[in-house]
Amino acid sequence: MEAIIKLNSQNSIKKYTRSLARFQSLIALFILCFVLSILSDKFLTIDNAWNVMRQISVNICIATGMTLVVLTAGIDLSVGSVLALSGAITAGLLRNGLEFPSANLYVGFTILGAVLAGLLIGALLGVFNGWTITRFKVPPFVATLAVLTIARGLTMLWTKGFPISGLGESFSFIGTGWFLGIPVPVWISGIIVLMAVLLTRKTRFGRYIYAIGGNENASRLSGINIDKIKIAVYTIAGGLAAIGGIIVTSRLDSAQPNAGITYELDAIAAVVIGGTSLSGGKGSIMGTVLGAIIIGVLNNGLVLLNVSPFWQQVVKGFVILLAVIIDKANSKNQ
Amino acid sequence: MLAVENITKRFPGVIALNNVSMELYPGKVNAILGENGAGKSTLMKILSGVYPDYEGRILYKDEPVYFTSVREAQACGIAIIHQELNLIPYLNIRENIFLGREILNKWGLLDKEAMRNRTKALLKRLKLDLDPDTPVSQLKIGQQQVVEIAKALLIDADVIIMDEPTSAISDHEVDVLFGIIENLRKENKIIVYISHKLDELFRIADRFVVLRDGCSIESGDMKGMDQDSLIQKMVGRHISIIRKQKEDQSVKDELLRIENLSLRHSDKAENVLKDISFSLGRGEILGLFGLMGAGRTELMEALFGLHPKRTVGSIYVDGKHMHFSSPADAIKAGLALVPEDRKKDGLVLGMDVRTNICLTTLDDLETGGLLNHDKECDLAEKYIGELRIKTPSDKQAVNNLSGGNQQKIVLAKWLAKKPKVLMLDEPTRGIDINAKNEIYNIILQLADAGIGIIVVSSELPEILAISDRILVLSEGRLTAEIPVSSASENVILKAAIPKTI
Repeated sequence: MEAIIKLNSQNSIKKYTRSLARFQSLIALFILCFVLSILSDKFLTIDNAWNVMRQISVNICIATGMTLVVLTAGIDLSVGSVLALSGAITAGLLRNGLEFPSANLYVGFTILGAVLAGLLIGALLGVFNGWTITRFKVPPFVATLAVLTIARGLTMLWTKGFPISGLGESFSFIGTGWFLGIPVPVWISGIIVLMAVLLTRKTRFGRYIYAIGGNENASRLSGINIDKIKIAVYTIAGGLAAIGGIIVTSRLDSAQPNAGITYELDAIAAVVIGGTSLSGGKGSIMGTVLGAIIIGVLNNGLVLLNVSPFWQQVVKGFVILLAVIIDKANSKNQ
Repeated sequence: MLAVENITKRFPGVIALNNVSMELYPGKVNAILGENGAGKSTLMKILSGVYPDYEGRILYKDEPVYFTSVREAQACGIAIIHQELNLIPYLNIRENIFLGREILNKWGLLDKEAMRNRTKALLKRLKLDLDPDTPVSQLKIGQQQVVEIAKALLIDADVIIMDEPTSAISDHEVDVLFGIIENLRKENKIIVYISHKLDELFRIADRFVVLRDGCSIESGDMKGMDQDSLIQKMVGRHISIIRKQKEDQSVKDELLRIENLSLRHSDKAENVLKDISFSLGRGEILGLFGLMGAGRTELMEALFGLHPKRTVGSIYVDGKHMHFSSPADAIKAGLALVPEDRKKDGLVLGMDVRTNICLTTLDDLETGGLLNHDKECDLAEKYIGELRIKTPSDKQAVNNLSGGNQQKIVLAKWLAKKPKVLMLDEPTRGIDINAKNEIYNIILQLADAGIGIIVVSSELPEILAISDRILVLSEGRLTAEIPVSSASENVILKAAIPKTI
């Protein structure tokens, strides 16, 4: 009995330190904002806040999918290329439609049609990732690395290496428009985050994601269809990368063949800074969002302070290291 | 002599060892006894330098010693052989034995010849007839243990601590191990031997030390002790052995029938299970006995749909022919498996008690497509109460609980699913006597409630105590089917020992 009481009090201490650890990145963010607002009078303005939010919305889309993948103890390196291919497909269909000279057929696309086609491509590449990983037991790192190359190559083939530009004003609305006083990309990423939070915390599917990452053997023996869940998770990651691709394309009014290069690394950085364990089973969507915001604010601040972009990369690298070191120290204390 | 004086070790909120003192003598096998959680492992970790922060002191050869790392303890001549062996499977015997203390030639490169010769000599001394260049992954567990002992001998350890060395090896290997221990004793080494298996201690140990709840209770000579009095010292009260009336021998009300089940080996062109047929009745407890490698676990896995591509044969549940292509299919048909290794296969260790209990029945716990928090809590509370799972709350992560409570959580997870057939693979391995008895009682109650139960066990007393009927596996074949009324340890063992050499 005494031992149980002791455990209880120990538990409340644990709970306290744990919630402190959760707020740690929030505190770090506040300190960061405080320092930046002293150093630059342009930082703490509403315009700049929307600016940051708009800039990180793409990373939030991708990083949300990446979080789900990482929670299953996987990784998805293909998202940057998938983003580029989806954007290019959407732009190409919107601008040129599909021509079948042999059948003397031309199919035009509406914005909705082109966007759906782009999303479909992203999701299909995700299915392909999940299929090679589950069916052939290819390690996720390798399988998605292959698709990174494949999708980039397909993007080059589709665009012939040139940007596809001039997509029309209504399409630009997705990336640059405002709705109810909030930028459209922020709406999109916000809704995605909300749905992902609901998914991870309130649904069976979400619970299975954590269980698989925590112990795949035990999950299989509990009757969970591991392959199905994994394929679904990679499909979602692919679809979210495609959404990112459409936002990027719309914002630039142009699909760049080399869009999204190293975006997968930014997404992984957000996931890691957000406290999700790369070995799976532990982490949260909100952590990742916080991670993405920290990276976004840091980038923005360094630009405002006229720090060279080369130095920005160095700083970002150290922030990632610092975040993981603090996280490790915390889990040791627990 | 190695003496421990007034050692106290605290973990946050718990006292693992409370003022423990004991003396360990050279030329003797010193057995440390105690239930799980009594503090045996903690004490051994202090002796071998894993935990440097503790109160009290260690005296070795009348000198106080203090180790801040395993290396320091080894340098002083104290070696520990853990229950989970610490060998690297891809390296060979020689490389494992010399890991971290490689012999170098004058160029600073590895002197393989010298190391090979030393290894050969060590293996010869331990009567292990193997080439030093054999990869460790090809060795049996018993042989790997001998390699661990060779490692201890290489550093010329005078104190050798063995933690549950016989938990995973066959009787023959136990004999070999005991022969080695005999010789080490003659060499005047201090052997510290931890085991749950009391009969073993009567064979090998000279002295005993009993730990209970972190305190040292008693020590003395094994001579003149008997099993009951030792158990009483360990648990502090007498335990009666449970028994169930078994009169009926015929299978009534057949629940599960297996016909000609075979399982192909995962890489070799041979069968691990050969032509196995049996049936299981409602409310019956079927004991499945076999030595290591007889195919017990494989049989459970094959029944549970884990090896669909390698399995042939027919499975009938309630008279209906079934085909299981995954555990999910088997679960749907009413089967449940409590696996042998609960940490590896039974639990998501980082998750809490509630989540683990609810994992198999999440589809019943939803309202409107979302998980219902209240239903989850109710289900967890129900089984924490019914199975008397000792946990501060249902939000406790399961890796902080004892083995017995962890096993109950695995059971709870399956009971929530209301199975028709419950298969338990070594359900009491590595858990203390009290928890064992609780698990036995649960099994008996479930059988009374009409569930068909298969218990796989390598402990004969356990099989004899709870089964209605006993099946014996040997080398993948069913070699005997014995009603418990005519079963004895001799009959069962005779059927279990392999006929081919």
